[in-house]
Amino acid sequence: MTKFQLITKGFIKDNPTFVLILGMCPTLATTTSAINGLSMGLATLFVLVLSNMAVSAVAPYVPDKVHIPAYIVIIATFVTVLQFLMQAYTPAMYNTLGLFIPLIVVNCIVLGRAEAFANKNTVIDSALDGLGVGLGFTLSLTILGMIREMLGSGSIFGWKFITGDGILAFVMAPGAFLCLGYLMVLFNKIAKKN
Amino acid sequence: MMAAKSTLKNMVLCLVSVCLVCSALLAVVYHVTKGPIEKTNEANKSKAVALVVPGFDAAPVLGNVQFDGKAYPYYTVTKGGRVVGYAIQSATIGFGGPLTLMVGFTPDGKVYNTAVLQHSETPGLGAKCTSDRKFIDQFKGFDPSSKQLAVSKDGGDVDAITASTITSRAYTLAIRNAFEAYKLIRR
Amino acid sequence: MEYFLIIISAIFVNNIVLAQFLGICPFLGVSNKLSTATGMAAAVCFVITLATIVTYLLNAYLLIPLNLTFLQTILFILVIAALVQMVEIVLKKTSPALYQALGIYLPLITTNCTVLGVAITVVTKEFTFGMPSHMLNLGEATVYAFATAVGYGLAMVLFAGLREHLSLNNVPKPFKGIPIALVTVSILAMAFMGFSGLV
Repeated sequence: MTKFQLITKGFIKDNPTFVLILGMCPTLATTTSAINGLSMGLATLFVLVLSNMAVSAVAPYVPDKVHIPAYIVIIATFVTVLQFLMQAYTPAMYNTLGLFIPLIVVNCIVLGRAEAFANKNTVIDSALDGLGVGLGFTLSLTILGMIREMLGSGSIFGWKFITGDGILAFVMAPGAFLCLGYLMVLFNKIAKKN
Repeated sequence: MMAAKSTLKNMVLCLVSVCLVCSALLAVVYHVTKGPIEKTNEANKSKAVALVVPGFDAAPVLGNVQFDGKAYPYYTVTKGGRVVGYAIQSATIGFGGPLTLMVGFTPDGKVYNTAVLQHSETPGLGAKCTSDRKFIDQFKGFDPSSKQLAVSKDGGDVDAITASTITSRAYTLAIRNAFEAYKLIRR
Repeated sequence: MEYFLIIISAIFVNNIVLAQFLGICPFLGVSNKLSTATGMAAAVCFVITLATIVTYLLNAYLLIPLNLTFLQTILFILVIAALVQMVEIVLKKTSPALYQALGIYLPLITTNCTVLGVAITVVTKEFTFGMPSHMLNLGEATVYAFATAVGYGLAMVLFAGLREHLSLNNVPKPFKGIPIALVTVSILAMAFMGFSGLV
């Protein structure tokens, strides 16, 4: 697999949202708008790349029986670092994403990639894998966020194109589930055609 | 890649070193970001206060009053040494959850302005309490001693947000409570 | 009275799955059979309540006095991982059938956002259930955690019932499996929205 393929497989073949069906909680909760989805995706990407690299580096020295707690501590550390950095330098987005920033620790994608890829590959390859899956995740979140924002608030990336409100159900719980369900069907149809 | 052997010594060594390194890294990042984080918190508080009181030139002074088992933190703001306003934080329960307001009073007992600090109201309905200018502006200069702080449905002088009576009631109650706190402060 | 408000709010108005979006992965994964769903709900209930108590105490008596709150996320998740491990061992001895039925989903309770989510919420958010608005004390935190878990179980059991009916129907092929489940949850979430305004 070429280095480039390592990155792009996270977009379609290993898309965490529509194929692996991982990381559902932040996907549904933070996609009330395109910007929110994008930010959450990038935050997860940050943790994914760093933790993949760290896990790949220490994997040979970690005894098998304790590898889960060890990986969890590493992931939790990078999530806390992200928390502090966001609190200090992007406070508005920190408040918007709220609880879901520390919850990146239990985002199945991060631990999943550490288990499935990072502990068996080189540091560089693991970083690229984290980048690819992270970008795929960011893409899915942004698209879902764009659709919910367009239907629910009548705006694109904050730019309103209608006066008044859209179909408010889409920025709330029911709309999230509905949009994700239909997007999954659409994605699978497109992916199968390729 | 083969992992190290799972002997007790190896497991303990590995976990302890991982925890130590991670804690050290976190301690460093924590101290580096502590300053900016505190500055942002202070800026947010000042922004909320500045929204609801007339212009001031010194840092707002924090105080606290209590009644009915509730605490009301408030900020006294001064200009040229004279008190020009009080920003009182008042919380009630709205339709979807807690509703927290910052209510600003001028020394003559009138409401200067109000701002929502936090709410869980329904988008498009109660959430209009942050954007509906007609609703918010009616509280500017409102004199609670001569007009009734209740929605018109309850016999008061406040026009509720269309189809959001509960949110409007909660909002008005928060201001009413803030006024009680204000009276305590001025005593 | 305050406890009653906490319970109603946690189970219906702010249901952890249908309103707060926590615990979706196991919710979608374990809910195709009613019996597994009930077993999972019970296990999660136990872990959430116990984990909240332990993390609350550790936070109050260890992290805050020693100024180590920046280790909160790490400590909390380690506590949860350890608790789940204990539950696994106990369950293997007492109810091997349930242990087999839950399979991979039992250790996955560690990564269940509800457990960590509730633990963090309880020590960081201010509540205005009763006046005055305040941080929860241990008693309120336990009740909140337990009620949240009951809400999770309720949503799971309801959903499992729905899915068992769904599997007997003719679902269009592209929708089979997760997509139709998501559309169903959407309607369930809409139904639960009717509870808002109760508290």
